[in-house]
Amino acid sequence: MTERPQPILEVRDLRVRFATSRGEVRAVDGVNLALAPGDTLGLVGESGSGKSVTLRAILRLLRSNATTTGEARWRGQDLLAMPEKRLRALRGREIAMIFQEPMSALNPVIPIGVQIAESLQAHTALDAAGRRRRAIELLDLVGIPSAAQRLAGYPHEFSGGMRQRAMIAIALAAEPKLLLADEPTTALDVTIQDQILKLLLRLSRELGMAMVLVTHDLGVVAETCERVSVMYAGRVVETGPVDRVFTAPGHAYTDALLRSMPHGGVARAPLRPIPGLPPRLDRPLQGCPFTPRCAYAEGRCGAEAPPFAPVAPGQEAACWASDRLARREVPA
Amino acid sequence: MSKAGLIAARLLQIVPTFLLIGVVVFVLARLLPGDPVSAMLGDRASDEAVNRLRQQMGLDRTIFEQFAIFLENAVRGDFGTSIAFRVPVTSVIAERLPVTLALTGLATLIALGLAVPLAFVAGLNANRWPDFLIRSVFQVGLSSPVFYVGLILLTVFAAWFRWFPVGGYGEGVADILWHLLLPAVTLALSFAAVIMRNLRASVLEVLNAEFVDFARAKGLSRRVILTRHVLRNALISTVTLVGLHAGSLLGGAVITESVFAVPGMGRLMVDSIFARDYPMIQALTLILAVVVSLAFLVTDLVQMALDPRVAR
Repeated sequence: MTERPQPILEVRDLRVRFATSRGEVRAVDGVNLALAPGDTLGLVGESGSGKSVTLRAILRLLRSNATTTGEARWRGQDLLAMPEKRLRALRGREIAMIFQEPMSALNPVIPIGVQIAESLQAHTALDAAGRRRRAIELLDLVGIPSAAQRLAGYPHEFSGGMRQRAMIAIALAAEPKLLLADEPTTALDVTIQDQILKLLLRLSRELGMAMVLVTHDLGVVAETCERVSVMYAGRVVETGPVDRVFTAPGHAYTDALLRSMPHGGVARAPLRPIPGLPPRLDRPLQGCPFTPRCAYAEGRCGAEAPPFAPVAPGQEAACWASDRLARREVPA
Repeated sequence: MSKAGLIAARLLQIVPTFLLIGVVVFVLARLLPGDPVSAMLGDRASDEAVNRLRQQMGLDRTIFEQFAIFLENAVRGDFGTSIAFRVPVTSVIAERLPVTLALTGLATLIALGLAVPLAFVAGLNANRWPDFLIRSVFQVGLSSPVFYVGLILLTVFAAWFRWFPVGGYGEGVADILWHLLLPAVTLALSFAAVIMRNLRASVLEVLNAEFVDFARAKGLSRRVILTRHVLRNALISTVTLVGLHAGSLLGGAVITESVFAVPGMGRLMVDSIFARDYPMIQALTLILAVVVSLAFLVTDLVQMALDPRVAR
C-alpha cells in the first residue's frame, strides 16, 4: 500500500443492512476499498455477495429500507455523511454510474438525446445548442453511428449493445473522474461484451477516468482491470493486483473460484465446483464466512475471523490458510 | 409504421365501429318488448290506423330495407319524431347533449384535479400517514353509492347552507358551473377514487424502476426526476383508465342527473324508457355509444403521444 498514490476514493468499513420482512440482512459487512486516480478496480464475487449493493451504497442510491454505515471518502469528503444537495452535485459530475440492464435503466418514453441533455443541463453551463452539439459528440465517442439522427430515437429503437453505449454516453456527459460500472456487460452477448469492455477501457484511458467494474466474470476482470477485490458474503476477502491474485491467490475462496473456472487455475487441472451455498446473511457470522465450504478449513476458521493481512506486495487477504495456498499453487 | 400512418389507421377504425353500433342499436330497438305503433296510438286504435302508421314508419318493409333507411337517416342526423315530445328527436337531443357533456367533462376535470396530485402525495409517502389518510378518504368515496353521495351533498350544501341550487341548469358559463358543481362532484368522487388508486400504484411502480435510480445517479434534481421521469411514465396507464371510464361516467350521469334534476341525456334516457319513446331511446343509445367510442379514440391518441413504444 505504501508505494500507491493518494486514493481518490476510499471506502472504509462500509456496512449495509436491509430491513426485510424476515429480519435484518447484512448485505455488505465491512467492506474496504481504495482507488487511485485513473485506476481500474474489478469487484468480483457470486450473486448476492454484495458487489452491486456496495456500488449503490457509495452513491447513496439504496432505498429507504437500507441502513448504511461506514465511510466512503471522495477526495477526503465522506459521501455518506454529506448533505443530499452536495452529493447531488457530485453524482454524474464527478462520479458516474452505469447499470447492468440499459433497457430498464433508460427511461422508455424519453428520447436518448434528452436523456443526455438533462445530465449536461444539471452539470454544465451549456445552452440548448451547446448541449445538442455535446450530445452528438458523446454518441460519436461511444461509437454510435449517425449520432445526430439517433438523438431523437427512443431506447427501444436501439439494439442491446447500442443501448449500453448510449447509457455510457449519458454517464460520461459531464466527464466524471470515476465510473462505477455495475455488471455493464452481463446482459449482452459475448461479441458485444468484448466491444463494450474495450470501449470502457479506451474511454477510461483517454479521459483519465478511474473505474470500478463489478462483475461475476473473472475473465472480464483479467482482461480489463489492474487491481481486483474479491467479495464473499458481504466482505472483501482479498484484494491485490490482478496478475498476482489470479496466479497466486491469498484467500481460499479466490483459490476455489479460480479452480471452478476454465483456464482459471492450474493448467489442465479438472474444474472443481465449490460445494455448498454462500451463507445466509440474516444472522451474524462467526469467523470466516467461507469456512463451511472451504477445503483448507481448520479449527480457528469457524471461530475467529482472520485479519486482513499482506500476503505479497500490494496483495492482502483475510485467510488463515493463505501460506498453505501459496505452497499448493506451485504446480507439481 | 409512421406515427401519422398509425393515427390515420386509428381514425379509420372508427368507421366499422360506428357501423357496428348502428347494427346493435337497430336490432336492440326491434328486440325491445312492446310495439312502437301501439305505443303511439294506444291499445284501442283501429286496424286501419295501425296499418297506416306502420306504412308511414316503414315497418311494413323488409328488415334490410328498414336498416338501410335507418342508416341513411342516421347519417343525415334524422332519428325520427319523438313519441313523447312530438318533435324531432334530434332537436330534443341537441338541447340535452351539451348539458351531459358539460357535466361529465366537469366531473372528469374535478376527478383528475383531485386524484392526480393526491395520488402523487400518497405514492411518495407510501405507507406513512399522508398515504393512509388519502387512501381512507378515497375509499369512502369509492364505496358510497352515487345517489347517496348526491343526496347528502344536496341536503348539506343546497338545503342547509343554500350555497348551491337544488337542481336544474343555468344560463351563461358561471351560472351553469354553479348549477353543475354539486352533481359534478357527486359524479367525480368514485371516479377520482379509481384514478387515485391506479395512479398511486403506478407511481410506486415507477419509483422502483431502474431508470429512476439511473436518473438519481446522474445527479438530477428531485423535481426533474418527479416531473420528467416519474409523472409521465405513471400517467400512461392512468390515461387508459380514464378513457375506459367514459362509459361508466355516462352511466353515472343517468343517476346524478335524476338526483339533481339536471336536464341532460341521462334523465332524458330514463324518461324516454318510461314513456316507451323508441325513436328517442334508439337515438340516445346511438349517440352515447358514439360519444364513448370518440372518448376511446382520444385516449388512444393521447397514449400514442405519451408513449413512443405504442407507435411500433
